[in-house]
Amino acid sequence: MSANPAAPKQASRGPGAAFIFKKALISALVALVLFSLMLGVRTEAGSDGQLTYWTRFGDLAAMVATVFGGSIVMELLRQWWGPVGTIRAVPPKVTSALALAGRGVAPLLLIFTFLVPVIFYNERYILDLGILVLTYVMLGWGLNVVVGLAGLLDLGYVAFYAVGAYSYALLATNFGLSFWVCLPLAGILAAFWGVLLGFPVLRLRGDYLAIVTLAFGEIIRLVIINWQSLTGGPNGVSGIPRPTLFGIPLSPGDDGLAAMLGIEFSPTHRIVFLFYLILALALLTNWVTIRLRRLPIGRAWEALREDEVACRALGINTTTTKLTAFATGAMFGGFAGAFFATRQGFISPESFTFQESALVLAIVVLGGMGSQLGVALAALSMIGGFELFRGFDQYRMLVFGMAMVLLMIWRPRGLIGHRAPTVFLERNQAISSDLVKEGHG
Amino acid sequence: MSGEHILSVDHLTMRFGGIVAVNDLSFGAERRQITALIGPNGAGKTTVFNCITGFYKPTAGGMRLTHDDGHSIQLERLNDFRISKQARVARTFQNIRLFPGMTALENLMVAQHNALMRASGLTLLGLLGVPSWRVAEKQAIDLARTWLVRIGLLDRADDAAGNLPYGDQRRLEIARAMCTEPALLCLDEPAAGLNARESAALSELLLAIRTEQGTSILLIEHDMSVVMEISDHVVVMDYGVKIAEGTPQQVRDDPKVIAAYLGADEEEAIAVMESGT
Repeated sequence: MSANPAAPKQASRGPGAAFIFKKALISALVALVLFSLMLGVRTEAGSDGQLTYWTRFGDLAAMVATVFGGSIVMELLRQWWGPVGTIRAVPPKVTSALALAGRGVAPLLLIFTFLVPVIFYNERYILDLGILVLTYVMLGWGLNVVVGLAGLLDLGYVAFYAVGAYSYALLATNFGLSFWVCLPLAGILAAFWGVLLGFPVLRLRGDYLAIVTLAFGEIIRLVIINWQSLTGGPNGVSGIPRPTLFGIPLSPGDDGLAAMLGIEFSPTHRIVFLFYLILALALLTNWVTIRLRRLPIGRAWEALREDEVACRALGINTTTTKLTAFATGAMFGGFAGAFFATRQGFISPESFTFQESALVLAIVVLGGMGSQLGVALAALSMIGGFELFRGFDQYRMLVFGMAMVLLMIWRPRGLIGHRAPTVFLERNQAISSDLVKEGHG
Repeated sequence: MSGEHILSVDHLTMRFGGIVAVNDLSFGAERRQITALIGPNGAGKTTVFNCITGFYKPTAGGMRLTHDDGHSIQLERLNDFRISKQARVARTFQNIRLFPGMTALENLMVAQHNALMRASGLTLLGLLGVPSWRVAEKQAIDLARTWLVRIGLLDRADDAAGNLPYGDQRRLEIARAMCTEPALLCLDEPAAGLNARESAALSELLLAIRTEQGTSILLIEHDMSVVMEISDHVVVMDYGVKIAEGTPQQVRDDPKVIAAYLGADEEEAIAVMESGT
């Protein structure tokens, strides 16, 4: 903005007034063109279907004036802040402060999560929301293995969620198997489908991989809809048994947990139980992922994301490495699916649309690919934040979208973009997100 | 003589459509020696490397690698990653291919993937954290530390590889290749972009690898000072064929070599002649 950095105030004020005015005028002109049809003319179908329209030049003038004034204010603010050489999204001070805070955030968040059912025991809405958030945390952590660590862009993650849910639903309703038997089976079946998906996409990279995984997600959903004899088609599967505490049902009957413990039955017991169940599953996912990262397979995933050619030159079997990433991610998706089925008691293909895949992927990307804490925070802000904006009614999506855009400008590599090394000699220092690759296939 | 060869390239031909990049090339790399593959730009040197390390499937011909125990492997029959895993041939790249977002130490740990996979019981034992895995992991870290000391990067072990200076990245890539414990180390222009002091340090490192580790080295290099100083044997290529072979002195005085370099790049020819005088 100013040619002479030694005297920025004087230099920027000289050409400022004319410059600001010109810029504001251009903005106002653009606004006029844009809004003249959107705001200026209102059209509607009349009573006989004919076109009726009327003008709203007052609103239009107000809008253009707002843009004009806003542009001047923005420019003045910018000059008041002084010239910014390059746009640094995050100053290093903030980054290091965040890293420091990050160490404290995780344990605090965990303790708080454990206490949620105690604090909000009487607030069913918050407990349900908590379960929903934790489900997405788990899904995010599962997809994080594939997208964040191995760098394989998977747009069809919901397929494994569906496989897990239907595995439990069908095994439980047809064979009467209990939740605890079905849970590992659902994981194994989902992992199997993960490998099955993995094979054809091994040679694909980037966009092509994304499209094929997207198609795979749709195929699973369409098969579920059309295979009526097995899955009940669009009607879904109902009457899915509720989970039991290792055989003891959480029901009002005499054999229920409440009767056994001699306390009064309350439907909240089951909600609290579900809350801790999904929390345990999510923490298992987290624990396994953290362990895997420090094992050769996890390092190979990250190396694959960084440079696949170098991996092959080092004797790493990229085929099995990719397949294990798909299988591991899918397995966690399967667990989450089984939980979803037992929580809802009813599942239908409608729950497994592309929307879900996109949401989980958004959580992973927003959280910072590869970061466990980031994904948890992103799930909390995406799912919880969406509920928070409920007061905005029809503007909810707009506000939510704007929040997302702002967040991505502020932190383009996600909430926690830096990478923590898996092993260190002296100093455990985070690696800047500028160096970490996103993966390309 | 052929019994002494760790690698013998036999009538290797590589065509890309109508272009013959390598034409009926035969040469041998001797055990525990440094063999240099030189030639003007576009002579087909990197293509030979890519064939040896499995990144290309040769159109015709073969490459036989003979280990110390006499067991020999036809490299053209192995798939890419198996060349490193089974034939124990490691390589570096002309344009450095480290894992930039991982630390120097992590880069060296990834290189020990196959040994660590076995030690971690294909991940299962490692997931449970059994003692034997912990021991293996510690050994791997120690090996990495040894190499970091040798390339003088111990104090930067926990820095991201992408943050290291260019010369350090070159050395780290060599160390990473050595962490796979190879029988044959293939280096594609290891001295490219290094200054005189760094080149000298590199020569020292390569000589040490040869004598202390007993690893045979095959290198492509344009820096004639490095080639002349450390090579035991030099193979000269031009337009995909071998035009000369011998000791550095023999090659340096070969008129065909001088002509090839003059035809391609005057400066390099002068460099060859000057380093001979």
